Formats: sequence, C-alpha cells, structure tokens
Amino acid sequence: MSTEKSGVRGLPHRETVHPPSLHPSPRRGEGAEALHRNARMTLSRLAPYLQATPLTLILAAFLVLPIATIAMVSFWDYDSIQIFPAFVFTNYEETITSPVTWNTYINTFKYTLIVWALTLLIGFWVAYYLAFHIRSTTMQMLLFLICTIPFLTSNIIRMISWIPFLGRNGLLNQTLMTMGIIDQPLEFLLFSDFSVVLAMVHLYTLFMVTPIFNTLMRIDRALIEAARDAGANGWQILTNVIIPLAKPGIAIGSIFVVTLVMGDFITVRFMSGGQSASVGLMMANQIALLQYPAAAANAVILLIIVLMLVGGILRVVNIRKEL
Amino acid sequence: MNSEKRGLGFYVLTAFFVLFVLFLYGPLTTIFILSFQGPNGGLTFPMNGSSVHWFKNLLFEQQAVGDFGGAFTRSLLLGLMTMVATVVVSLLAGLAFRRRFLGSGPLFYLTIASLIVPSILISLGIGLAFQVFGLNPAWYSSAFGAHLTWTLPFGLLIMFAVFNRFNPSYEEAARDLGATSWQTFAHVVLPIILPSLVGVGLFGFTLSYDEFARTLMTAGTFNTLPLEIYGMTTNVTTPVLYALGTVTTVFSMAIIVVALIAIAVLRKRRARKVAG
Repeated sequence: MSTEKSGVRGLPHRETVHPPSLHPSPRRGEGAEALHRNARMTLSRLAPYLQATPLTLILAAFLVLPIATIAMVSFWDYDSIQIFPAFVFTNYEETITSPVTWNTYINTFKYTLIVWALTLLIGFWVAYYLAFHIRSTTMQMLLFLICTIPFLTSNIIRMISWIPFLGRNGLLNQTLMTMGIIDQPLEFLLFSDFSVVLAMVHLYTLFMVTPIFNTLMRIDRALIEAARDAGANGWQILTNVIIPLAKPGIAIGSIFVVTLVMGDFITVRFMSGGQSASVGLMMANQIALLQYPAAAANAVILLIIVLMLVGGILRVVNIRKEL
Repeated sequence: MNSEKRGLGFYVLTAFFVLFVLFLYGPLTTIFILSFQGPNGGLTFPMNGSSVHWFKNLLFEQQAVGDFGGAFTRSLLLGLMTMVATVVVSLLAGLAFRRRFLGSGPLFYLTIASLIVPSILISLGIGLAFQVFGLNPAWYSSAFGAHLTWTLPFGLLIMFAVFNRFNPSYEEAARDLGATSWQTFAHVVLPIILPSLVGVGLFGFTLSYDEFARTLMTAGTFNTLPLEIYGMTTNVTTPVLYALGTVTTVFSMAIIVVALIAIAVLRKRRARKVAG
C-alpha cells in the first residue's frame, strides 16, 4: 500500500544490477527472488485498482444501478395496484403536458433562487468575518466549529424547533403582541412560503459557509496588502480581489444549495403544512400513491435539470483548482 | 492586517455573526426549554411549571404510536455500520487516488455525482431496484447503501484534503530504513492521518444517524429514528416530541464532542511524540 513512488525510487537501481530478462539462467535462489519481486511489482501496480474497488462497487450498486432502474421504470406502465414492464412514453407525456408540473417547477425554482441568494449573502459574510476579522487561528476554528455543529444534528428536529417559535401562539407572535406592534397573531409565519424559505436557509447556509471559508483562507494575504498599497479602498479590495478569488468556493456552495433545494421535499411538506408544492414533494406524493413510473419520469426530468444547473455553474466558474 | 485598529466593519460583522449564531441555535434552544414543560403544559410557551415529566414519559411509558427504543437501536447500529464502512472505503479510495490509475477520472466524477443527485432520487431508485430484483428493502441493506452514497463523497473529499497536505518524505524515510509497504502504512501513514480518520468517522456516523430523505423508501418494515420522529410530528401533540428532540440532539452533540476531543488528544499526543 501507498508505495506511491516505488517505481521511481528504490526499484530502478536494483533492477539495473540484475535485470531479470537478461539473466536466462540465474544463480541459485535468484529465480525465486526475481519472481517474488515481479509479483510485488504487479501487486504495487494493481494496488490502486484494489483500493478503489470498494468505492466503485458501492457506487455502482447504490448510485448507478438505482438511477438506471429509475430510467427503465420511467417507461413502464402502471395501474392502481401494480407496475409492469412496458415501453410507453405516457409518463413523460403526462408529466410534461400537465400544468401542475410547470407550476410546481416554477415554485421550486422560486425557492431555489430565493434560498440561494439568501444563503450566499449570509454565508459569504459569515465566512468573510471568520477568515479576515478573526485574528487567532484557535478562535477561528472554534467559531467555525460553532457554525458547523448544527450541520451534524437532525434536520427534522431543526425543522420542528421552528414551531414553538413561529406558531400562532409562538414566541414571536407573543412577543410582538406584548410589545403592542400587532394586535392579532401573524398567520404567515408558520406553514407558508415564508417558513419554508426560513427553514431552508436555516438548514443549508452551512453548505455555503464551509466552501467559501475554505477558499477565503487560502487567499494570499500579501495580495490584499498589495491592493491596499496600490491605493485600493476596502470596497475595491472586496470586489476586485477577494470576491474573484472566492468564486470557486461560492460555486461549490451554490452547487450544494441548488441541488439540495431542487430535490427537497421534506422541508416543503413540513414547513408549508402541505400547502406549497415542490418537485420533490410531487414525486414523494406519487410514490405514496404507488405511481412509481410517473415518479420515475419526474425523477429523470429533475435529474436532467439539476445536472444542467450544475453544468451551468461549472461553466461560469472553474472549480478544478479547488479540488 | 494584524496591526490595524478594528474598523466599523468589524463591529457590524460581529453583530451579524452573533445574529447568525442565534439564528442557528435559537430554535434548538426553544425546544430544549419546552421539553422541560410541566405535565399540563402544551407545545408552545408559556411554560406551565417545569418538570422532567415528558422525558419519563418518553423513556419509561409505552407510547401510543411508534417504537422509540427499537428505532433508536436501529439508527445507532446503522450509524456505526455506515461509520466503519465510510472510514475504510474512503481511506482505501483516498490511497488509490494518490496515484494515477485507469478510470480515476470517471470514478471521481461518479463520487461527486453521488453528492449532487437529489436524495429522493437515491431513495426512489434503490427502492425500485430492490423491488425489480425481488429483494426486500431493510435498514441494514438498502438504507445502508443509500446512506453510503451520502457519506462516502464527504469521506473521500476529506481524504483528498488530507493527502494533499501529506508530506511523502516520511514514507520515503521509512522505506529507506527498510520498512515494507505495510509497515510504512501501519507505522507511518496511519498514525499521521488518524485524527482525520476520526473526523471521517464522525461525518459517517452523524450523517447516517440523522438521515431522513435517503431512508424514506429504503428502510423497509422498520423505521429508523428520523423516520420515527417524522411520524410522531403528525400524531403526537404533547411535549414528548420535544423531549425526544432534546434527547437525540444531546446524543448527537455528545458524539460530536467526543470525536472532537479524540481528535485533539490524538494531535497533542503526536505533537508530543514528535517533540520528544
């Protein structure tokens, strides 16, 4: 394992002393040694393939195969009890020609755009603050951890936790009424588009903070000094130096947020109280009704759109340097 | 930059950051407080006295709906399985990617695709594939695979970051001293990357323990904890829901803290060894 450079170091000088192919009748013991050495070389050349095998097999079984199954089933037919193999385009036809689909997509794009803009705005400034205003590394890591820990706790619980805050008798309404700002509870706070967007921003901003923080930390501070010496003010440094260099991180964060919101169904179902629609939710409902081929057709369309969005982001920003 | 005086920007951004942290933790705090609601209290404020009634109710009484203990056990086991698999598979793949091999490009893009394919697609796809092949989905088979599609990309990306910063001269030194590949790996590479492996394990466990969307169609007959909690939200109208939320969040936090302490201890011990 990890004999990364064994072909370059170590082995060559040994080989030039006794190139096995030039010694058809080696002395006693040499044959076995050469054989052994050959076996080790083959093993070391094979090593990366063996090491990559588990990952390849898992992704083949649980990513490629399932998506192929979705593609296949999207052409199948179904009735109210079962699905059966066929090759029909009705699932796609019904999906594409239904105005419900279009409205649902428009609604999903609306969520995506709003949540993307908000998470980018919040995520960038949080990352910027951590990277440029916190001076000790320990403090930086501590604050960064504080920002990332909620990411490792349950999304469902984090959604539920908005209810006592936003509900009709929730903390916010009670506070506003006690302060005399409103005289009856605000209804739009919970189970509305507002609460959906709020919960999504709450859940997904971390996906923006982390990659942007990562790129900001790699910016050579000398560049900023140079810009200042050349007479740039804070705003000019931000727009001409920091933001262009932060683009790969912004792109990675955007890919995360866009794909998460486009495929989301649980936040929309839970936070809208079933009153708003999203593509994921439409699929989840079809699944619940056992209309798998229809859900599969929807899934294929969603996947194509998500991949196009990701492709679009990658076209604008080159993230290869970041990886 | 360090010599400068703090400007207005610093104070504005500090206020912004504090608000952001409040936004992150505020709602969690409210359910934490409300889970100590008195026996006659409801789902919202005001507090009707304070008690541990709802925790007792959760832990010791039969619930009208759901099976909290069973769901917790399944989530715990699934999380541990996912953790071990994520650490081993990401480490191996990370080692593989240190060298060029045929198909490394496609494999890398496949791993990234695993990250960006919406979870409901994975859920639906695995559910359908099991159905087509006549297999019964279960939390330890289909849901396990579904979770790995989410944890492995994170694991591999962390391994990339680790090996990018890894200094190969340590390995060369070991080899020059006559160590075999295995000895080099076990005595040199592994101790250096151990703290990061703990991090990969933490990701593997917590992401699986909390995963909902990918489990939805793949869990089979028995629910995992997030599915159980989701089911409770539609049926349970007492603060027992918050008690459950508090218990699992405290559990997650405890795991995170233990992992962070382990990482810190491992780093410190290594630093001491290097210095001594």
